[in-house]
Amino acid sequence: MTAEIDVAALAVFVFFVGLVAVMGFAAARWRQPKTLAHLDEWGLGGRQFGTWITWFLIGGDVYTAYTMIAVPALVYAVGAYGFFALPYAIIVYPFVFAVMPVLWTVAKAHNHVTAADVVHGRYASRPLELAVALTGVLATMPYIALQLIGMETILHALGLEGKIPLGTAFLILAFYDYSSGLRAPALVAFVKDTMVYIVVLVAIALIPIRLGGYGAVFEAADEAFKAKGSGGILLGPSQYMPYASLAFGSALALFLYPHALTGIFASASADTIRKNAMLLPAYTLLLGLVALLGYMGHAAGLKLSNNNDVVPLLFKILFPGWFTGFAFAAIAIGALVPAAIMSIGAANLFTRNFWKAYVDPLVTPAGEAKVAKLTSLAVKAGALLVVLFLPTQFALDLQLLGGLWILQTFPALIFGLYTGWFRAHGLLAGWAVGFSGGTWLAWVNDFKPLHTLHFGSASVTLYSGLLALGANILVASLISAVLRFSPRGDRNPARAR
Amino acid sequence: MHLIRLLLLVPYAGLIWVPFYNKRMPDLFGFPFFYWYQLLFVPITTLMIYLVYRKTRGDR
Repeated sequence: MTAEIDVAALAVFVFFVGLVAVMGFAAARWRQPKTLAHLDEWGLGGRQFGTWITWFLIGGDVYTAYTMIAVPALVYAVGAYGFFALPYAIIVYPFVFAVMPVLWTVAKAHNHVTAADVVHGRYASRPLELAVALTGVLATMPYIALQLIGMETILHALGLEGKIPLGTAFLILAFYDYSSGLRAPALVAFVKDTMVYIVVLVAIALIPIRLGGYGAVFEAADEAFKAKGSGGILLGPSQYMPYASLAFGSALALFLYPHALTGIFASASADTIRKNAMLLPAYTLLLGLVALLGYMGHAAGLKLSNNNDVVPLLFKILFPGWFTGFAFAAIAIGALVPAAIMSIGAANLFTRNFWKAYVDPLVTPAGEAKVAKLTSLAVKAGALLVVLFLPTQFALDLQLLGGLWILQTFPALIFGLYTGWFRAHGLLAGWAVGFSGGTWLAWVNDFKPLHTLHFGSASVTLYSGLLALGANILVASLISAVLRFSPRGDRNPARAR
Repeated sequence: MHLIRLLLLVPYAGLIWVPFYNKRMPDLFGFPFFYWYQLLFVPITTLMIYLVYRKTRGDR
């Protein structure tokens, strides 16, 4: 989509993004610690974020800019199937409520900063720790790239072509992150989420009025899908299992991502997390309503060359320039917050589970903070290079694989919170099978997240990440059982908590 | 372990069986059943978690 530059939109946009940049640097002084040269301070904001800060931080972190662009785009393209994000973002919270406070308590007691720290603390296995850390970094990189793609979509809609605007936004992000650590996205998240709530509430109230009401919006979408001959505002019978299994598998995966866990570990208490499991669904309501923007695109009769343009274009044709600028700033800032937290999460993993484990075991807390800051720059630079020089589809395919990969860390991270039955070698073998098997399933299905199993004449199509997780758990259980019952036993049993 | 914790399974039970809610009727404010039913599970989930939170507070 190319566009004429709308001066009002651009002015409002630049004002808000500039405001946020200033806030990001000022964040270093917010709730000022004695020193920022400590990984607990730079990488976890001092483990002191209460209920409201955590709500803004995790909300700003897992409901990303890319979500606001891509979910409506998918709904625009395929209809009801794109809505799996809604049950996904609902059923994740009972899981968060039940499990994440336990994880937080273990991490707090042993000063763990990352998921791989927790795994190493539990099983004293360097290879298993490395597997979890590597998976976290690999899964996060394309996710950061997607945030930059979301921002690029917005910049193009504003009429800012070329690489320089994206590079500038990236520099702002990189430097405030470097100087303020997790405090920067935590503070910026307040602004971002407030803006996003305003934009979405205005959009879902006003756009249907302009288009003849919600009934008319659904009718228009229904007719567009019928005319196209594919998709629909209800699911086809063959989509039931893919819809449910994608929602379930994605829900299990979401809080294994380093950026989500960073938000969990940065909380002040286990109760902070329980309250957030109650309050975070407010964002899910927002997500469900944002998804409907895809149908509003049909009602407004948009003709798109790229589905990702549905939200930007809808705002441009229906709202005055200044409000469009405000909305675009909300989405662009919505990319900065998660990208910052993701790169901090990845940097924490590198520092704790690679640098400290293999390069410099005696590294001081100040040394850790320094390594993490430099790593976060490198991670962001890597994501920028991917976006600038590789096809967009590459980042999308990798992001899909990332979800499947991170799900394979579930047994190693979560099972150990409840039982000492599993053995490190079993979990490692399970991870290897899940990781490689899942990657293979994605490969043979042309990077679609679904795989069809045939049982004679019957067949069922499921999220391949769940199939890989099944194989993972099976292998981990079998090998752990063998190790437990072999006469020599396992020399390396799980430690008591 | 409080039995009330089973309430945490309500959202899974309500959402995992897709054919149950893959319908247009009854609609609400122009929203087909498929959409408002799933959106309704957002406050239901918050309520379930709240009830469990209240009842299990003594255990901690």
